[in-house]
Amino acid sequence: MKKIILALATSAAVLGFAAAASAQDKTKICFIYVGSKTDGGWTQAHDIGRQALQTEFGDKIETPFLENVPEGPDAERAIERMARSGCALVFTTSFGFMDATIKVAEKFPDVKFEHATGFKSAANVGTYNSRFYEGRYIQGLIAAKMSQKGVAGYIASFPIPEVVMGINAFVHGAQSINPDFKVKVIWANTWFDPGKEADAAKALIDQGVDILTQHTDTTAPMQVAAERGIKAFGQASDMIKAGPETQLTAIVDTWGAYYIKRTKDVLDGTWKPEPVWDGLKDGILTMAPYTNMPDDVKKLAEEAEAKIRSGELHPFTGPIKKQDGSDWLADGAVSDDGTLLGMNFYIAGVDDQLPK
Amino acid sequence: MGIIEAILLTVITAATPLVLASLGELVTERSGVLNLGVEGMMVMGAVLAFAATQATGSPYIGILAGIACGALFSLLFGFLTLTLVANQVATGLALTILGLGVSGQIGEPYVGMSGIKLQPIVIPLLADIPFLGPLLFKQDLIFYLSIALVFGVNWFLFKSRAGLKLRAIGDSHGSAHALGIHVIRTRYLAVMFGGACAGLAGAQLSLVYTPQWVENMSAGRGWIALALVVFASWRPWRLLAGGYLFGAVSISQLHAQALGIGIPSQFLSALPYAATVIVLILISHNRRMTLINTPASLGKPFVPDR
Repeated sequence: MKKIILALATSAAVLGFAAAASAQDKTKICFIYVGSKTDGGWTQAHDIGRQALQTEFGDKIETPFLENVPEGPDAERAIERMARSGCALVFTTSFGFMDATIKVAEKFPDVKFEHATGFKSAANVGTYNSRFYEGRYIQGLIAAKMSQKGVAGYIASFPIPEVVMGINAFVHGAQSINPDFKVKVIWANTWFDPGKEADAAKALIDQGVDILTQHTDTTAPMQVAAERGIKAFGQASDMIKAGPETQLTAIVDTWGAYYIKRTKDVLDGTWKPEPVWDGLKDGILTMAPYTNMPDDVKKLAEEAEAKIRSGELHPFTGPIKKQDGSDWLADGAVSDDGTLLGMNFYIAGVDDQLPK
Repeated sequence: MGIIEAILLTVITAATPLVLASLGELVTERSGVLNLGVEGMMVMGAVLAFAATQATGSPYIGILAGIACGALFSLLFGFLTLTLVANQVATGLALTILGLGVSGQIGEPYVGMSGIKLQPIVIPLLADIPFLGPLLFKQDLIFYLSIALVFGVNWFLFKSRAGLKLRAIGDSHGSAHALGIHVIRTRYLAVMFGGACAGLAGAQLSLVYTPQWVENMSAGRGWIALALVVFASWRPWRLLAGGYLFGAVSISQLHAQALGIGIPSQFLSALPYAATVIVLILISHNRRMTLINTPASLGKPFVPDR
């Protein structure tokens, strides 16, 4: 009996050693996804980034991931499982993973964490986000040029700062071209429900909008727009396949470059937690090709994009008033990041009441 | 096209999958079996209907595939709960989880593909009736089927001998068995009918409602269908009314938002559910009616004494 135990213990030790050795060969960069990696939107964009990362470093790294991790108590378990499995760096890719990430990070001080779109950090937790509003501003410019009726429809998900910021950027962009431009907003109160998103699109079109934009995750609104013969903007991924003659452009999340940069930092031992908020100029966000629009509109959009890239243009440049008529930004003033990240008010010109 | 007509058209599309899935579940429950796997069967129907349509180019083949897939998938539930007498609630939940997972796996290559939409069938003459014509007689096959099935199920349950037997089993499987009625066989058929209807509802999602496939695209409609059965107190006509009431309130709240009338959107989003609860309270007021209609053996296992 003793012999057997000894043999078992030895083999376990050998196995353990082997596992440790292979783990040392390959650095593990881990990912936690809120949705399925083929959702066609948010999570798929992260997974494309992960694949780019794997291709970049090849044999040097492994990139395990967990899909469909619900936000909430379960997330903590999933993140802890990853941390325990020997990951060097864990990317948690949804806003709702914020508290869970911080909690697990306390237990694993040697593992590094990066949380997408959140605002809580620690000695081993960094945050990263994308300036989606830059793309929304450009969409606003295009919408104002392309709309015959001067009314766009906006399918929103939840009234969080991220989404409110997007609506404001869109409206501000549109009204810089056509001061009377109107936006009708429908809050779907979901990120993901193709049927409901399609219903919202139909409702907006029935009420006379002739441009559609969305901050929800499926291509259903694009499909409805195509069916009804109006133009629309894609979200998170290039949705041109759902509307070859419909999509004007799309905000495409391109996380790959960022994942490569941060992994390189870990491999070089220079990783530091920092709040990163990159935009068009950093390549974390790109615009899908400008299609289905006349050349002058395309030129306008490309010029605006170039100006945002170079830093010459900030989408939130005053004068901008709040919806209630009070002043927000004086002439030429530029919004600070803090206000944007906590945005809980509409700017003047939004034809909706912000849900509280 | 007027705005009212436009709203009603959207309501019909939104209500059809609910009516279909809950109608199938109604028959299953009338036979005394509670199948909580509607969501799973629906999403399986959706993915298979989409896949078959892509493979053959014909949405009608897709419809058949959706129906067949739902029925086959429900057989798994039938085998576990009727033959092996497993717990119905647990098995139903497992069926939903399994369906969501398997459909995601099957559907992976189809994500992002643009689907083929099932085209409406215009019924001559009737379609020319002002207002009602375009609403009711320029619809797709699945809508016509949903209405026909409500008629059919109502007739079957309350006018036919086989329906009487099915209801007898649902009310007291012991007595039905003693009378020589095939309890297990009838329940298998009822479960499969429920699966077929859920599969058809799924086909409606991926061929009519939003002609595409995305994982988890039923987004909880199976659960609403389950609630509708109780809402309708197991009567097909009430079920039809309930499905359309739910659809109408959901669509109207979107229009209310787009009009910008300033009611908080969270409140509006909750309205369909609130409306359902209110009607339920009104219905359950008549306790005797509810008792008469509730299948007394619902969810209870049956083991024939051999």
